[in-house]
Amino acid sequence: MLDAGKSEQQIKSAAKGKRAFDTTLIWQLAILVVLLGSWEILSGRLFDSFWVSKPSLIIGYIYNWVVNGDFFRHLNATMTEIIVGYSIGAALGLALGLPIGRMEKTAKILDPFLLALNGIPRVALAPLFVIWFGIGITPKIVLVFTLVFFVVFYNSYAGVRSVERRYVDLAWVMGARSFSLFTKVILPAAMPYIILGLKLSIPYAVIGAIIGEFIASSEGLGHKIQLETSVYNTTGTMGGIVVLMILVVFLNSLLAWIERRALAWRPPSRSGDAGGQGL
Amino acid sequence: MQSSSDFLIFDKVTKVFESPDGGTVTALDNFSLNVADGEFVTVVGPSGCGKSTLLNLVVGLDKPSSGQILINGKPAWQQLLNIGYVTQEDNLYPWRTLRENVEFPLEIRGMAKSERRKRSEELLQRVGLAGFENRYAHQLSGGMRQRGNIVRALSFDPGLIIMDEPFGPLDAQTRIVLQQQLLDLWLQDKKTVIFITHDLQEAIALGDRVVVMTARPGRIRSVYDIKLSRPRDLHHLHDDPEFRTALSDLWDELADEVSAANAMGR
Repeated sequence: MLDAGKSEQQIKSAAKGKRAFDTTLIWQLAILVVLLGSWEILSGRLFDSFWVSKPSLIIGYIYNWVVNGDFFRHLNATMTEIIVGYSIGAALGLALGLPIGRMEKTAKILDPFLLALNGIPRVALAPLFVIWFGIGITPKIVLVFTLVFFVVFYNSYAGVRSVERRYVDLAWVMGARSFSLFTKVILPAAMPYIILGLKLSIPYAVIGAIIGEFIASSEGLGHKIQLETSVYNTTGTMGGIVVLMILVVFLNSLLAWIERRALAWRPPSRSGDAGGQGL
Repeated sequence: MQSSSDFLIFDKVTKVFESPDGGTVTALDNFSLNVADGEFVTVVGPSGCGKSTLLNLVVGLDKPSSGQILINGKPAWQQLLNIGYVTQEDNLYPWRTLRENVEFPLEIRGMAKSERRKRSEELLQRVGLAGFENRYAHQLSGGMRQRGNIVRALSFDPGLIIMDEPFGPLDAQTRIVLQQQLLDLWLQDKKTVIFITHDLQEAIALGDRVVVMTARPGRIRSVYDIKLSRPRDLHHLHDDPEFRTALSDLWDELADEVSAANAMGR
């Protein structure tokens, strides 16, 4: 009876959660419409649209850019930098962060070096990467890598360190040793941190690619934005920024999708839609 | 009484810890106890009497400073795969469903999936958790989680089961239901059980023998035989004169130790 009561309550709260989500979406749309609407109306009346452009112009610019222009060449360059740099950075961050989280001594020895390296403003390294690697996509990939690596490294490292001792001890008593202990207990327990690191580093990857293109480049969305800015085309600049924004949102939702699958076990208070599981 | 037929033997087990100020603290002092195969022994004592230290030594999480713990005549630490451990905290892995939790030790032991499934279903059925297999820990009540913990420890059929205040955080009603269920499970398989608790009534209701420990350093103060017949009906045990006598005798002993522990500032 107790259990029946509990699941009933869960179903109710899940249903409530769904309703709440719907009104959230309505509010979000309302805010978006008000913001874009007032921008559209006030631009040209209260402000000179030369400086602030307006949504209709930006949409028109992007449309024209995609259909008639060189949009895909720039998108392709930037995406390549992001994907290659991110993949290498994330892979290496995981490959080092996870085992070092288990090695107390090594972690202690490496700590000041990692802290110092991570303390370098990566933007300051960008010109150096241009000297080393030229103006192609390589210096951008390296820049993206340096930004992504540390975020993923620190989060996986912290994730492994955060695994509760009691979980590890109990698994050990139940017979789990090094490999099974790692794959069956430490990895899943650290997963929320790992996913967080992978998610947090996405905007960094985009920043790295764009900054790299700002410094020296012949193609890429950052290159295009800079080009438009240099001729005072605010519409073009903002068009490029909107494309970047859409890109980040898209990449984030991709990871949120992965997160929902990997962390379905988490209680709904921590992860929005895990509550539907098992009902 | 030393006898070769004893399943589990604590032979003068002593554990000394170094305290942060450079001194030493004796957590367990010459703890000797023989447990027969299939016996249910409960251990009570004031907090800080080394009960948990004792368990950590049995399950190999720590080593005794001197003395030894034998299972079937061989050191316990060589036979860890034969020990089931139920902890005080709710230790179901949150990233595994109830079924996957119960199957965890079987996975480690390399049992085939279909066999694992059969075993977990049977166990969950026995403790009334059929239908909840695919739930995660946060979707279960405290009593259900603790039942999950217990069947997980039983899943690989260990010869020795160690329980560290498993019903501590539960409410009184759930507690008695789970105690009864534990006794019923135990009567079916007759495993050897070491059950730690600070609840004297629980110790008497469950155990064949109750071991009373002294305040630090942890020694055995007395071992009390419980003559209640089995199977026991825990709901009506309180009226049993044997239960009352045991409770009043043991309470006198434990009260001494609890006040001694409090005098030490614990």
